[in-house]
Amino acid sequence: MAEKNMVEAINDAMLEEMKRDPRVMLLGEDVGGGGVFRATQGLRDEFGPDRCFDTPLAESAIIGVAIGASLNGIVPIAEIQFADFIHPAMDQIVSEAARLRYRSNGGWGCPITVRAPYGSGIHGGPYHSQSIEAIYGHVPGLKVVCVATPYDAKGLLKSAIRDPDPVLFLEHKRAYRLYRQDLPDDDFTVPIGEAEVKREGSDITLITYGMMMHHSLKAAETAQDEDGASVEVIDLRTISPLDKKTVLKSVEKTGKALVVYEDNLTGGFGAEVAAIIAQEAFEFLDGPVTRVASPDVPISPYAGVLEEYLLPNPEKIAKAIRDLAAY
Amino acid sequence: MVSVRESPTELGLSNDQLLDVLYKMMLSRAVGQRERMLNRMGKAPFAVTGEGHEATQVGTAYALVSGKDWAFPYYRDIGVALTLGQTARDLMLEFLARGENVSSGGRNMPSHFSDPKLRIVSGSAPVATQMPHAVGTAFAGKLRGLDEVSMVWFGDGATSKGDCHEAMNFAGVHKLPVVFVCENNQYAISVHWTKQMAVENVAVRAQGYGFPGVTVDGNDVLAVYGAAKEAVERARRGDGPTFIEAKTYRLVPHTSDDDDRRYRSREEVEEWSKKDPIPRFQAYLEEHGLLDEKTRDELAKKAAQEVDAATEYAENAPLPDPETALRHVFAE
Repeated sequence: MAEKNMVEAINDAMLEEMKRDPRVMLLGEDVGGGGVFRATQGLRDEFGPDRCFDTPLAESAIIGVAIGASLNGIVPIAEIQFADFIHPAMDQIVSEAARLRYRSNGGWGCPITVRAPYGSGIHGGPYHSQSIEAIYGHVPGLKVVCVATPYDAKGLLKSAIRDPDPVLFLEHKRAYRLYRQDLPDDDFTVPIGEAEVKREGSDITLITYGMMMHHSLKAAETAQDEDGASVEVIDLRTISPLDKKTVLKSVEKTGKALVVYEDNLTGGFGAEVAAIIAQEAFEFLDGPVTRVASPDVPISPYAGVLEEYLLPNPEKIAKAIRDLAAY
Repeated sequence: MVSVRESPTELGLSNDQLLDVLYKMMLSRAVGQRERMLNRMGKAPFAVTGEGHEATQVGTAYALVSGKDWAFPYYRDIGVALTLGQTARDLMLEFLARGENVSSGGRNMPSHFSDPKLRIVSGSAPVATQMPHAVGTAFAGKLRGLDEVSMVWFGDGATSKGDCHEAMNFAGVHKLPVVFVCENNQYAISVHWTKQMAVENVAVRAQGYGFPGVTVDGNDVLAVYGAAKEAVERARRGDGPTFIEAKTYRLVPHTSDDDDRRYRSREEVEEWSKKDPIPRFQAYLEEHGLLDEKTRDELAKKAAQEVDAATEYAENAPLPDPETALRHVFAE
């Protein structure tokens, strides 16, 4: 066992996968020097500049070249420096990577992993803070993972690299150095498409992912201590494909559902979760399916007071828990 | 512009190969014409073909080793697909969206060629998107120490796209074995090239990416082949990319849904019909004693028969099973 924070766990996952499989390579902006978050630290020294490859500053080419390389015996990990910068590559991700297998009737596959730090909370301003998961979670043919713990990050990144299809791997940057966790020394993976109950409870099911999972756990503790409300917290971990089974099983037990996400409220991924619960667990519900999310303004402004005003936090989540418990 | 060669065999093609080049051009024409006809007969909702581009398509693809080198055609490249080994039957099955068509099983629109065993990679409709893919396969080949070449075809409109720039820059910086082929037919649907680029020959842009660009007469199949052969040899020996601009003309509307009378005068189309690459190559071969009327007629008959047989087969082939629409979203 070794104590690792999330960014170290991600680095270890890539190191171990590149050692395990000589086809695995990393490409992106500044990855050779270790990357702006140091996620790729040491990989160029270990594997050389061809396998830890500094690309020109061009996101569409990073993804497009990764797609092409994946057709010719390479297993690419493409890093987009910030999720906010991914939009020029959206065409390559949505219309190319995610559709290649379908449009060729299974003739071609595209085993690429696209890593990107996402999310607010580091005073990143409007272009280093975005949550993009809902945009991509809508796209068939693409798997979308959102991680916020060292263990999940390492295990899911390994699964993503080994996956035969394109995976968008979103790393909540506020969680990179949030805390350390003991990780097994042996090789382990976390399967894509499996949520995890991070805290058991009986009164309310709280469904979340990313940094909001940490805030939700705090809020659940507060609600337990102050109001005696027992909240079950589910970390989706994978947005697409969604683990409906774990969500519905919990809602059937508690009868109440609170969906918490950092993204803007309207059309956020939590809206899909809420719709599934409303449709498939209707007869078990004992209160309105409720969402806590950021208001519909471009998150996140640079000044701390503005950012904090917009983002969900443990206090706002605890209030929503109280309201729903009282319903 | 690279000009027509003095001797037909100067480029290393045998007499049989020269006739094969001609046949592939004639077959491409016959397939395109048949597809448009079937569309007009109401047998297919859409046709996009490349009549007029045959010299450019066959001449470039002929320089590749099919199944070894990588091909990234765009939606007009019937001649590329046929030259690399797809058959008229493959194309008719694709055109009529039959279940057994290798390109897409009825998912993609016609002329979106794909054939894994021939390394023809499935493409999409948004232009230039396939250019970084070609760079990617070349990049992988270089990393793996292989001597494969990637060739990517696109129209003049695609040169305006960001993906064109990003792909050419990436290929130039890393000296990758890619051949960029611009089939410059002077119109991006209805928009004339003068509204697309501020230079007379878009091949000059290659200089800005650090590799050679050549402009060739795209209706002269040997000039095209000569440029492609040189570019492929250059790529294979590790000297990096080449940009080939083949100036040509689309003798038909953009697609079956387009009426080119809106934007091109009949006089202009008539003028370019006189430069049709197929009769031009036939005349050239006749002039050099490599083709006579009898052989020419036999080739025409053979192409017609091949397209007839392909059409008949495809019309009788089953449509895709509707439930297959749910398959192949992810690996199975």
